[in-house]
Amino acid sequence: MRHLTRRIGFYLVALWASATLNFLIPRLAPGDPARALLARMHGRISPAALHALEVQYGISHEPLYSQYWQYLNNLAHADLGTSFTNAEPVTNVIARDLPWTLALVGVALIISFVLGTILGVAVAWWRGSRLDTVLMPAFTFISAIPYFWFALALVFILGHTLNWFPSNGGYDIYSYAPGWDLGFFLSAAQYAILPAFTIVIGSIAGWMLGMRNTMITTLSEDYVLMAEAKGLSQWRIMITYAARNAILPNITSFALALGFVVSGSLLTEIVFNYPGIGYALVQGVQNKDYPLIQGLFLIITVAVLVANFLADLAYVVLDPRVRSERG
Amino acid sequence: MASVASTSVESGDERAVSGGGHRPWRAVTSNRKVMLGLIVVVFFAVLALFGPLFVGSNVNAFGLDRSAAPSSAHPLGTTAYGQDVLAQVVVGARVSVALGFTTGLVATILAVIVGLVSGYVGGWLDEVLSVLSNVFLVLPALPLAIVLASFLPYKGPLTIAFVLIITGWSWGARVLRAQTLSMRNREFVTAAKSTGEPTWRIVFYEIFPGVIAVVVAQLLGTIIYAILAEAGLEYLGLGDLRGVSWGTMLYWAGNNDALALGYWWWFVPPGLCIAVLGAALAFVNFGIDEIANPRLRTVKAEKRRTRGKAKEA
Amino acid sequence: MSNGVFTAGARPLLEIKRVSVDYRAESGTVHALTDVSLTLERGQILGLAGESGSGKSTLGYAITRLLKPPAEITGGEALYYPRTSRQGMGTRNGAAPAPAAVDVLKLTPGQLRGLRWKELAIVFQSAMNALNPVIDIAAQITDVLRTHQPGLSGRQQRARAIELLRLVGIAPDRLHSFPHELSGGMRQRAIIAIALALGPELIIMDEPTTALDVVVQREILMQLIGLRNDLGFSVIFITHDLSLLLELADKIAIMYAGRVVELATRDELKRLPRHPYSYGMLNSFPTIHGERRRMVGIPGAPPDLRSVPSGCSFHPRCPLAFAPCDRVVPALRQAAAERSDPAVACHRYDPALSSAPPPTNDEFAARYAAAYQAAREGRRA
Repeated sequence: MRHLTRRIGFYLVALWASATLNFLIPRLAPGDPARALLARMHGRISPAALHALEVQYGISHEPLYSQYWQYLNNLAHADLGTSFTNAEPVTNVIARDLPWTLALVGVALIISFVLGTILGVAVAWWRGSRLDTVLMPAFTFISAIPYFWFALALVFILGHTLNWFPSNGGYDIYSYAPGWDLGFFLSAAQYAILPAFTIVIGSIAGWMLGMRNTMITTLSEDYVLMAEAKGLSQWRIMITYAARNAILPNITSFALALGFVVSGSLLTEIVFNYPGIGYALVQGVQNKDYPLIQGLFLIITVAVLVANFLADLAYVVLDPRVRSERG
Repeated sequence: MASVASTSVESGDERAVSGGGHRPWRAVTSNRKVMLGLIVVVFFAVLALFGPLFVGSNVNAFGLDRSAAPSSAHPLGTTAYGQDVLAQVVVGARVSVALGFTTGLVATILAVIVGLVSGYVGGWLDEVLSVLSNVFLVLPALPLAIVLASFLPYKGPLTIAFVLIITGWSWGARVLRAQTLSMRNREFVTAAKSTGEPTWRIVFYEIFPGVIAVVVAQLLGTIIYAILAEAGLEYLGLGDLRGVSWGTMLYWAGNNDALALGYWWWFVPPGLCIAVLGAALAFVNFGIDEIANPRLRTVKAEKRRTRGKAKEA
Repeated sequence: MSNGVFTAGARPLLEIKRVSVDYRAESGTVHALTDVSLTLERGQILGLAGESGSGKSTLGYAITRLLKPPAEITGGEALYYPRTSRQGMGTRNGAAPAPAAVDVLKLTPGQLRGLRWKELAIVFQSAMNALNPVIDIAAQITDVLRTHQPGLSGRQQRARAIELLRLVGIAPDRLHSFPHELSGGMRQRAIIAIALALGPELIIMDEPTTALDVVVQREILMQLIGLRNDLGFSVIFITHDLSLLLELADKIAIMYAGRVVELATRDELKRLPRHPYSYGMLNSFPTIHGERRRMVGIPGAPPDLRSVPSGCSFHPRCPLAFAPCDRVVPALRQAAAERSDPAVACHRYDPALSSAPPPTNDEFAARYAAAYQAAREGRRA
């Protein structure tokens, strides 16, 4: 338990760091959001109206530390400011877009990790087989393909040329509206196929190669040899003695790789015009919508930290040596 | 297992403490993965260095032949603005490759300094640096890069380099700290300490040579990250839009609906270049892994020979 | 300490005949074992002694078919004679009258699994490495039970596990401990308990106590002998520590460069080692009791097994080497006419090649001292 408490403490620190970065970056960068706002208004409004806008968007001229305090206070009340683009609270945007991203990335990540791990175990167990000689170079190459280029290629080939799958948007906007009905869910699932496929292909190679490497190292351990000497079934040796031990470092690397997977899925959403957080973030960048950018960055970080913590939990469950840590 | 011909390979330390002299060179050239990867990397390096000399001076000039498919005049076709795609790919190579390599190099240098110092010196300095690198490690890189890049007013290679270095150093620092910790207690370090060698000398002249293989792996990995992330940022429009690089080519291609209109020759070449260069670097990395840890090699030949006798292995 | 529980004259348990093992390395083929022949009686403790690289561990792994590529068994057979009947073990094979010997080296994986752990168990050197770190001790005992005795219920399995732990002196409340929660000695005992789970006829122990301190070492060995006396299994005990074998083993095989150079009973070896190498090994361990002796090491180093010296592989280091030693490989044969005499692979015992009488302890001592002196002078010069 002490181990987990330390991890939680660390995540709180990371959260604070990211919130502070979020606060500092726009303020330290040269240029003034107020002036940018003013420029967009083309100087057509009165100073009083400008001031009102400033208040609304949280642009203040008070000293930095009091701004910081106000910012933290707002965060504690889940107030992430107002988006420039549509003059709606950032939290609204998040509430609308986050479920799409969570569904897409969550499902794709699980499929990718499970499939990649299984393939890694298989390739390591049956070394030298045709499975091994075919998959290894293939996956090595796949692991280097940039996500978004692969997404582009998919959109082009499967979506545009062959027209097998929809490649634009989150659901069929002409037939359905978001709601709790089967038709909508099926449509959403259909539109998620290509983006999910992109994320899976983009990340699976990493899990597979990592698992293969740790499996190979584990297979040369004495306890695997002893399991063989005991005459246990091949299945039990492969799973309970080898894979169970080999997966542990991969859970750690899973947690570390989450940031990269999230980044990749951002780009994927953009290519497919998928209505998630990534898409909103890029639109925010294009519109110079600072509150939106900051809010989205924060929520992405929170998601990654939570996922990291879940990975830590899984590790504690799977490795008894961590549980009885004597401090 | 007291087997006669086994080589002792300590886990985690395989890549450190490599043999000296020309044995590493022979090991490198005999590994197929490394050779293949190196050939491709060298190709792109040469392309980046000398390619633009053979290509017309102003690749960004608008041309007359808009969105033309590949032909003898334009081997890779033209863009929606009439620019020759092949010429752009060659010129773009310079930016993409140079930026990727230098960013990777600087980030790795930073990682080496932080990792080695933190691992060796220990104490409160280690605590602070560890927390710092762990925090940066956990923060998602691309979103942070996007936020940074979008707020910095100057959009160009320097911004991208800065942003990528900030997000890319922490991984290496953590790995190298772990390596340094395991080397710190070795006898040659204790010997150096007892003869009064100053700390900085020990760190950079005793420990560093031992972890060089790990550093090379980090360097390659960071370069891959830099090339891919740079392309990503440029694709999002956060790069220097007046310049030419593979990422900005993809940006313009995306902006002009090259996909929807079927102009595959505009976005396939730059993307393919990124993919192939990245893959080549990854191959080199895997190859070095196999050299350092012989167990990871693909054992196709051996297995076939002894398959009959050692069936249950 | 160990009484002769075995009855000579009954069927042996294991006959190793001319087993050879090669390792294919990039730099050449390593001959880890060459023409090794041994016989193990039921209930006997056979010690395999030798330096690193002598092939003793390789032999242990070869006869249990646990060698991995690039190791390859290139010849020989290991004939195992199963018990005439087994009572109350609930095995799938059932009882059969005097089954024929099986060559372990030729079994298929399926047949091998039937033999493993039920007849042949192995105790590894490092218990920490031989135990699966993520499952508890109970699971590592019961998975063997579940595989080979599927008829047992969960409760019976648990009871057997507790019984086994009690046999080796581990309290039942440790049943669900993980390996990292046990001390070094307890882990080794746990490994022995797992080895005993199915009541095997033969347990191969590869340096089982090398990693432990001497006090714990002695406890475990005493326990082992007691178990052997009660349960009647045979042991092949592999170690470099010859002094240990002198107290533990019934018969001792000395190995050098992949061959057996001497095969003697414990008492005979203590009284008069036949092979020059055996003498060197015996006298490199100081004893607490006994008369004071000058300690001499064996000059030189074990050979590179890719290019073993011609003739007798020990001849470059042997203080008693003479003309035929670098040309003819000595065969392992009786040292003297009596049937129970030790077997030795040395030309000094071959009346056809050597006219000198067989060496005595004094001759060994004198020759070794002279060689030691010569080496010192050679170094000084």
